[in-house]
This record gives sequence, structure tokens and C-alpha cells, in this order.
Amino acid sequence: MSARKPRKLEARPVVLESGIEVKPVYTAQDVEHSATDLPLGEPGEFPFTRGIHKLMYRARPWTMRQYSGFGTAEDTNKRFHYLIERGQTGLNVAFDLPSQIGLDSDDPMAAGEVGRVGMAVDTLAVMETAFEGVDLDKITVSLTINGSATTMIAMYAAMARRRGYDLRALRGTAQNDILKEFVGRSTWIFPVEPSVRLVGDTIEYCAHNLPKYSPVSVCGYHIRESGASPVQEMAYAFLIAKAYTEHSLARGLDIDQFAGRLSFNFDIHGNIFEQVAKFRAGRRLWADIVKGYGARNPKSMWLRMIAGGGGGGLTIEQPENNIARGAYYALISALSGTQTMALCSYDEAYTIPSERAARISLRTMQILMHEMGLTDTVDPLGGSYYVETLTNQMEARIRAVMDEVDAQGGIVKAIGEGAIQAQVARQAYELEKGIYDGTIKKVGVNIFREDDGEEQDVSYHPFSEEDTRRQLAKLERIRRERDSARVESTLAAVAEAASKGENVMPATVEAVQAMATVGEITGVLKSVFGEYREPLTF
Amino acid sequence: MTTLRKPRVLLAKPGLDGHDRGVKVVALALRDAGFEVIYTGLRQSPEAIVAVATQEAVDAIGLSILSGSHLPICERMRGLLAEAGIEDKLWIVGGNIPAADRPRLEQMGVARVFPTGTPFAEIVGYLKERLQ
Repeated sequence: MSARKPRKLEARPVVLESGIEVKPVYTAQDVEHSATDLPLGEPGEFPFTRGIHKLMYRARPWTMRQYSGFGTAEDTNKRFHYLIERGQTGLNVAFDLPSQIGLDSDDPMAAGEVGRVGMAVDTLAVMETAFEGVDLDKITVSLTINGSATTMIAMYAAMARRRGYDLRALRGTAQNDILKEFVGRSTWIFPVEPSVRLVGDTIEYCAHNLPKYSPVSVCGYHIRESGASPVQEMAYAFLIAKAYTEHSLARGLDIDQFAGRLSFNFDIHGNIFEQVAKFRAGRRLWADIVKGYGARNPKSMWLRMIAGGGGGGLTIEQPENNIARGAYYALISALSGTQTMALCSYDEAYTIPSERAARISLRTMQILMHEMGLTDTVDPLGGSYYVETLTNQMEARIRAVMDEVDAQGGIVKAIGEGAIQAQVARQAYELEKGIYDGTIKKVGVNIFREDDGEEQDVSYHPFSEEDTRRQLAKLERIRRERDSARVESTLAAVAEAASKGENVMPATVEAVQAMATVGEITGVLKSVFGEYREPLTF
Repeated sequence: MTTLRKPRVLLAKPGLDGHDRGVKVVALALRDAGFEVIYTGLRQSPEAIVAVATQEAVDAIGLSILSGSHLPICERMRGLLAEAGIEDKLWIVGGNIPAADRPRLEQMGVARVFPTGTPFAEIVGYLKERLQ
């Protein structure tokens, strides 16, 4: 018998998406060696690594806000009530593509697209139908709108005012992060510079008139979905947020007048610890950045965020597996101290989520909140040698990417030239190659496949030509019945404000109340600003 | 005898859909595989796509559609390709295409549908085979 030789154990090399090499074991020394200039601190205290509030979920649990919206305002209103009745605590409105890029439902370019991926909104009347019976004091509404955000925010404010709400107390969010649209999601309309100026108009208008409303939710989410790493997701989002901040400061706003109302939207998929560290590092980095602009109010330094389960992690293969993935993403979100949570539903790689899929997502978050002890203790992973080390390393890497972009002329220039777009597209390609050759593992895709039974158990969201006809008829009726002289004069005022460099929001609020359409208002702005031309670099 | 010209593929995003991650990945993969790739960018009308296909004398057209609008868009494409006299041009469609819609697209003249999740190597392999 041969003597048994002890087998040498070797740890396989592990490198995170962000390029960080992972050791098999971490100790206090790793935390110490990776330390940055910013301290860990206590929850609710600068630099907020451990959370923006002292008691976090112990005092205020996260908001649950599934994305929803259908072709017609009537159907959207029904889904809103369905979700609210089942315990959802926020609404997130999906608009159709024509509405998102400022085209009316009867525009020739909108043919076949009306109500396809969300609600078609042409006029204030449609917005009012969608929110009928929804108490805007009790539930916060997030408008997923970017290119046509000035018009949609104006509509929301006009609707709230007509229903008797005090605008100074009105809460809610608009996505309104146009710079990321040039990188991913792509509902841009105007060239880059005037697009940033319009975001500035909303920030300024809200600071003066809707001080509790969050006019911008800066999105790392879609940048990551386009192929960016977690480090790039945070770095690009912060650079974009800085661009809006500097634009607003240049208009004469004080940092404490608006920074507290900037919120963020981030993506969750991939390595659990890398994501948690990303958010902890992001929180303290953003606090430091805002402090650097001279903020005195700690609330201005808060990284308030919606962190949701990203579609990029879900698979078209074996869609039920996405329910399990969603649960882990929600867990990461809770461990990361998010303010708002949302999950892509399991059927989302196929279609607009069914009622059942949306309910499963909501229940996933509720199970986590009520059964798993996630709301008991603040920052439960704090103090882990691994997580603290990763947090330090992520902070250093996010800073390095930001410095690199700044050294090359800044984010607005990099996006305008298509440099960021080209970079993330190439990374998306490398990722696909990795999945194809098996170096990146994806359950159900390149391992544990089910090759028989191609057809998946997913029911497609129905699309109705009849809904489009009803939408067009409604639009035609409004055009016929409205006071056209008032429409003309209010549109002229929007054009004048736009060309004189004045804030377009007050004139836009008047125009929507005169029942001017999204297409008409956008058309007027296009005549002043022109339209964006996509740089085709990849 | 071999032809020196690389096979030329037009990739296009018709309609208003802004999901361009997939089409860019396919463009990069085709370029790496030796194809000449022309990418139109977003929000192209079927008219503009057919015009480019004619002017550039492309060997194949690939449409990427993830908004659910593939049936009306491809119906228009079929008519326009016929009008331009290039209805026999190889055209393929990729994106969020339910299996139930595939036969209808094939009836319209779409040579092959590559649903979301198709490895790009499959698309590259298919075009190589068809264009050689």
C-alpha cells in the first residue's frame, strides 16, 4: 500500500467584476491596510458608510415600489390600486416610448408603439385618470421619465394642484437623469448641453416650488445594465450627479437648497459582497463629495437610493429561476441599507410583468421585511473583515475611475463623444464571450441547462389595437374641445423661455393646464434646442 | 476563386426601442468574425433602413427589436423591401420575440428569428453559412 500523500489545497483565483482580487480569508489587518481617508463612522453620521439614518429600518422600513403602467390610463389606474391594496408603499410609473421621447400618440413615428411598454400620456387629462383615487399624500409616486421630464413633472404638479394638494408638501420622484440616457435606455431627445440645462430647470423649479419633491434620480442602474462594472456604475453616476450639481450651483442655487433632494437609482446583480460594499463605499464617497461643495446640512450628503434587482442578472432560460435570483437581490438591497426597493419580475425578460409575477416580487420583499429579521439591526454586515476591506477597496476604485474621466475632460464630454458608450458596449461583448466560453457561469444558461421543453411558462402581456384607437380618439377629442388660442399662447411662452435661457417650468405648467400635448411642448423645445444625433462609436 | 469583399451586414434598430446592448454585442461579434458592419443607430424608420440597405448594397439586414413592436414593423419592412425590389435580401430579426410570433415573421419573409438569449456565435455562424 502506498503512503497517502497529503493533497495540497490551492485556492482558485477569484476576481470580482470590479477587478478586485478576493482572498480566501480576511483579517483585521486587511481592513487596516485598505483604509482610506474617510472613516467608517456611525449610522446616521458623516460619512454615513453604515446608513443614512441612525436607526435605519428599525424606525422606518424600506419602501416597496414595483414598476408598472399599461397602455391606457384606466388599466394603469387598476394596477396601481391592485398593488396598493396588496401593501405596496410606492408607485413607479411606466410610460410608453412615444410619451418618453415626447411624441403624441398620433405621431407617425409612434405607429405600433402606443401603449406598448407603458402608459401613453398625451395630456394632463390622461395623467388625471391614471391617478384617480390614489392619495398622493399617502403614497409617493416615481415617474420613470427622462427626455420629456419637464412636461411630465409639470403635469404631475398641475394635477396635484388641481386636486387641492399643497405643492410645498408634495413628495415624489422623477427619474429625469438625461445624461445616463445617452449611455443606456436611450430616451434622449435634445442635444447633450440643452438636455442638462432642462434638468437644471427642474431642479431649480422644485427647489423653489416643490421643496419635498425629488426632481432627479441619478441612475447607475441603466449604465450597469448596458455593460458597466459595479465600480463604473457608481463612478459614472456620481460624475453625472456632480454635473447636475455644478450646473445648479452655477445658476446661483445654494448646495443645501437642492442636494438633499437628489436621489439615486442603482442596480443589483452579481456578487453579494461586492454589491453591499459598493453601496457602503458609495454612501461615504457621495457624502464627502457633497461636503466638498460646502454643504452644511447633513441631509444634503445622504445617498438616498432605490436599489433594485436588475434585469441584467435575470435569464430568459428557465424563467422561474429568476424568482430565486430576485429574492437574493432583495436580500442584498436590505443588507445595503437602501431606502426603496424594487425587483424585476421573473417574466420580465419576456414581457411586461403579469399580475402574478408582480405580486410574487412584492411578496418577496414583504417576506424579507416581516420574516427574516432584516429590519432589526442597522448595517448587519458592518465589521466583517471581508466587507469592510471590500468597502475600502471599492471606494478607492470608484474614486480612481472618476479621476480618470475628469482628467480626460469630464463626463459631459465623454458622453457627448460616445466614449463611455463605446467602453460599456465593449464590456458587454466581453461578458457575452465569457458566458459563451463558460468562464462566467450562469445557471440554466451555460450550466444546468434544460434542453428539452423550449416553451416557457410565461404568459405575454396582451397588446390591444383597440386601446390605441381609444387613445387616439381621446386625443382628438381633447384637441377639438380645448381653447386653442390658450394653447397657442402658452406654447409660445414655453418657446420664449427656452430661447431666452429662462426656466421653462412655469410656462410648461401653464401649457399642460391649457391641455397642450406632450408632443406639442416637446416640438416647441426641439425648435429651440434641435435634436440629438447619436455618435455611432463602438 | 474567392471574393475579396467582406460580407456586408446592416444592423438596424427600427421603431422607438432604446435597448441597444444586444445589437452592439452582435455588431462587435460580426466585426471580429470578419464582416463589414453598418449600424444605423436608434429610432430608424423602416423606410430609412431599406434606403440604407439599397444604397450600401448590403448582403444581409439584421433588425433588433425589444419593444414588442416586431409584427407591425416587419409587416412594413416586407412591403418596403418589395417596393425597392430587394425582397429576396436575407433579413433576420433579433430581440424579445415570443415563439408564437415566429411563424408569422417567417411568413413575412424573415429568414430566421434569434430571440433574446441567443449566443452571438449562433448568429455569426448562421450568417457565415448563408453568405458564403
